[in-house]
Amino acid sequence: MSVAVLRFPGSLDHESAARAIQAAGGTASEVWHDDAELPAGTRAVVIPGGFSYGDHLRPGAIASRARAMDDVRRHAARGGLVLGICNGFQVLCEAGLLPGALRPNATLSFVCRQTTLQVTDAESPWTAALPAGARLSIPIKNNSGAWFGDPGTARVALRYVGEDALGSVDAAAGVVDERGTVLGLMPHPEEACDPLLGSTDGLGLFRAAVAA
Amino acid sequence: MSNVVITVMPKQGVLDPQGQAVQGALARLGFSGVEDVRVGKRIELSLEGDDPAGEARAMCERLLANALIEDYRVEIVS
Repeated sequence: MSVAVLRFPGSLDHESAARAIQAAGGTASEVWHDDAELPAGTRAVVIPGGFSYGDHLRPGAIASRARAMDDVRRHAARGGLVLGICNGFQVLCEAGLLPGALRPNATLSFVCRQTTLQVTDAESPWTAALPAGARLSIPIKNNSGAWFGDPGTARVALRYVGEDALGSVDAAAGVVDERGTVLGLMPHPEEACDPLLGSTDGLGLFRAAVAA
Repeated sequence: MSNVVITVMPKQGVLDPQGQAVQGALARLGFSGVEDVRVGKRIELSLEGDDPAGEARAMCERLLANALIEDYRVEIVS
C-alpha cells in the first residue's frame, strides 16, 4: 500500500503525486535523492515531474545517477512497480530502465495543455484495470517531451490522440519496459485526480500503484 | 595534468530544435545563406592520470553523452 515518491533538488510535483496516491487510497512517503534505501514495505515508486538538478547536462541525466536511484533499480529488478512522470520519465530513460530518450519538443516551446491519450497496451500492471482502448484526458506541461526510440521493440502503452504529439515517435506518450512494470509517462496523471481540475482520468494509474 | 575538450553534438538525423531556433533567428537578422545549424556542448576537463582520453571516453559513455541521441569527440589539447 505504501508508495514512495522520490524528491530531487528541483522536483516540483512530489506533493501533487502524494495527494494523488492518497486520493487513490494509498499512503505516500517521500524519499530524498541522497537516501540509500527506499522505505521498508515500499510496493511502488513514483518519480515526479519537475526540473531535477536544474535539467543540467540533459533532463534527468544527473538525477538518474543519484544515490536513491540505486535502490529504485533493485526495486525494479525485483519486478516492483515504478512510475516516472514527465521529468521522472526522463530520469527512467537516462537510468536505462526504459528504452529511448526524451528530446526537446518539435514546437521549440514549452507546451502546457490538456491532451487525450489512448491506452494501447492494456497488458501491463499499470494499465490492466483500465478498459481496453480507454481514452484518458490528462494534461501535459513540458519542454522536452518528444520520445525518441524504436517503437518496433519498445512497448508504447499510451499514445496521444488526434493532436500534435510534440514530435514524439509513434505518438508515444507513455512507454513501459519489457515486463510492463516500469512506466514512463510525459502527461501528468497526478493533475487529473480531482474533479476540480476537470478530469479524474489519472486516478486509475495511482490505483494500480496502490494495489501493488 | 591533461587538458581535455569533449564535444557533444546531437546525432545526424535527430531533430535539433535548438539548432532550428538559432537558424530561424539568424535568418531574421538577414544572414540568408545559413543552410543548417546544429547546437551542441563543449565540456573542458583537467585530468590527472596516464590515460586521459580513455578516462574521458568512459565519462562520456556513463554520463556526459547519451549515445542514443548524441555523438561525442574527445581531444587532448595539452
